[in-house]
Amino acid sequence: MKYDIILAGVGGQGVLSIATIIGMAAVDAGLRMKQSEVHGMSQRGGEVQSHLRIADRRIFSDLIPAGGADMLLSMEPLEALRCLPHLSPDGVIVAEQNPLVNIPNYPALEDVLAALRAYPQATLVDGQGIARALRATRSSNMVLLGAASAFLPLPAADLEAAISKIFGRKGGAVVAQNVEAFRQGRGLTTTAQAG
Amino acid sequence: MEKFVPLGNEALAQGALDAGMSGIYAYPGTPSTEIMEYVQRSQEAAARGVHRQWSANEKTALEAALGMSYAGKRAMVCMKHVGLNVAADPFMNAAITGAHGGLIVTVADDPSMHSSQNEQDSRYYGRYAMVPILEPADQQEAYDLPKYAFELSEKHAIPVLVRLTTRLSHSRADIVRGEAVPENALAIPPNLRQFVLLPAVSRRNYAHLLEKQRDFEREAEQSFLTRYEDGPDKSLGIVACGIAYNYLMENYPDGCPHPVLKIGQYPVPTRLVAQLVEACESILVLEEGAPLVEEMLRGYPFDSGKVRGRLDGTLPRAGELNPNLVAKGLGRDVPEPGYNTPDILVGRPPQLCDGCPHGDTYRALNEALEAYSKGRVFSDIGCYTLGALPPYNAINSCVDMGASITMAKGATDAGLAPAVAVIGDSTFSHSGMTGLLDVVNANAPVKVVIVDNQTTAMTGGQDSPATGQIEQIAMGLGVPEEHVRVITPLPRQHETNVAVIREELGYEGVSVIIARRECIETAKRRRKSS
Repeated sequence: MKYDIILAGVGGQGVLSIATIIGMAAVDAGLRMKQSEVHGMSQRGGEVQSHLRIADRRIFSDLIPAGGADMLLSMEPLEALRCLPHLSPDGVIVAEQNPLVNIPNYPALEDVLAALRAYPQATLVDGQGIARALRATRSSNMVLLGAASAFLPLPAADLEAAISKIFGRKGGAVVAQNVEAFRQGRGLTTTAQAG
Repeated sequence: MEKFVPLGNEALAQGALDAGMSGIYAYPGTPSTEIMEYVQRSQEAAARGVHRQWSANEKTALEAALGMSYAGKRAMVCMKHVGLNVAADPFMNAAITGAHGGLIVTVADDPSMHSSQNEQDSRYYGRYAMVPILEPADQQEAYDLPKYAFELSEKHAIPVLVRLTTRLSHSRADIVRGEAVPENALAIPPNLRQFVLLPAVSRRNYAHLLEKQRDFEREAEQSFLTRYEDGPDKSLGIVACGIAYNYLMENYPDGCPHPVLKIGQYPVPTRLVAQLVEACESILVLEEGAPLVEEMLRGYPFDSGKVRGRLDGTLPRAGELNPNLVAKGLGRDVPEPGYNTPDILVGRPPQLCDGCPHGDTYRALNEALEAYSKGRVFSDIGCYTLGALPPYNAINSCVDMGASITMAKGATDAGLAPAVAVIGDSTFSHSGMTGLLDVVNANAPVKVVIVDNQTTAMTGGQDSPATGQIEQIAMGLGVPEEHVRVITPLPRQHETNVAVIREELGYEGVSVIIARRECIETAKRRRKSS
């Protein structure tokens, strides 16, 4: 088993938290993992990408070969488009549908979303809307993780355990909010798959 | 035991702690910063009293580490690649003094310049100084390395250069920890002249260093980081240095059919290279960074044409490697990406945060400079370098730590007056103070704007060495008190700030304008943790 994920977003959107949670769940499940991060200048409101690889055997490269990712998980729709060349032809896209507009020339949102919907296995998620309804606006990345979890080769319970560990020091209320955001996100794709 | 999934940087840091390191010295710089930060967070390091404060710059850091080595203890100094330029003087001379307690000089290179102004390859420095160079390929090797490196350093009484690159520094993997060893006891060198580089001593030490080269090469040959892996298909032999080995093996998950020489320690183990060259029809050299080994193998003017790599276009001459580039270099069919990016895609360059004090400073500076011709603002290394981009378009240079002040001085010497230098508080304490002394001595019309956000922001908010002392430093260096001005970069202070900058632009001598407001990111973090 080998599963390669490209995580994308804009600096400050919680891309690395998601990577940490999936990586922790994988290691706790006895799998090997490698995860490359972006630090430094590009974090200042610029694009952020992380390569996350999990496998049941030794992983060599820290970078996923172009055209080889099983999943593209993006906190921002334009950033999902940027990472398309990484995606394998039969890979899945899970992306937030609400844009982060911090550049003057952001393309028309409907064009961005239409470009994403053109891919056979794309799921667009209103993570921010769901998080707002839960009064947990900072948890939209957990909604995305939940939506992605239906495709991951990891049990949901392991991911929830990792969420509890990561947010544990912020207190039970924060953990509960993030787990609930995760579950609502997961509901979106598990129902869709069942249907 | 808790699973350990460290960044390459953190693996090296924990490995150094487990190898009995008594002190770590560093100045922050991407991609090296997390090595020191890991030790600063470590409860074990705190309990042991391991030295772990930031230094003012890479030169002071390396010298302090050398001092700890003199005193018999194991020390490590860490920096980014361009930091070794700053520390080049002690580095080159530490090769001549040699070490006493184990001394590791860790340098993290940044090929592809993700967060740097060049992609210089630190292995050249190691060769230049003629010290052993270690280059781990993965996180496990990074963890295992310090123990070996300290022993190597003490065995041969020589500093050891450890070269990391961005992708290893900033990538996590699961690793296994080993047994920890205790720190060394305090002990002065048996020969009290070892570190006295008078010419007579230097000549003797240098001759000794030259003699040692063959031993160093033998160590590289037998190193746990170096491996000759035979393969049946001898049409090609592959030299894979550092993490390039991973990109090679990514292409052959079931084993490489060609003989492979994995190099993780230098000087280049020539006997193993000769063995590979003899066995194979042609050679492909894979190395992250510059074609250092490839150049050695080509050996002008007797280039046999057997060697391929970055110099003949088999691989790109610049930038970091990846599995696809290596696949192409191997002549394998590389599947085209399934999907291309659509035409509507636009770039999202990094930018100053919303509410960043630097934005307010640049708005005031731009307005104050409207009366002057363009192109007179020299700047430096930090978040404020983003002032070069729209909407500010405020600065005209960014070269190396501290260069804003001295380049501005040179420009005024040429007649471009007044000139402005924009420099951060941490960069000022790193390498700006001596330049300011030059400006004061010439009384040059340089307006030094110190954007003081009271932290080293670009690398994540480390302590800034001169916090709370900038006015005193400026006055102590001889800037007249009435021309050391402090402004608060806030939108509501805009008119006042423009007026202050205008006044100082009108003054014909040196001025220091301190634009002081805490970085909003560190302020946010401080509020959260309190």
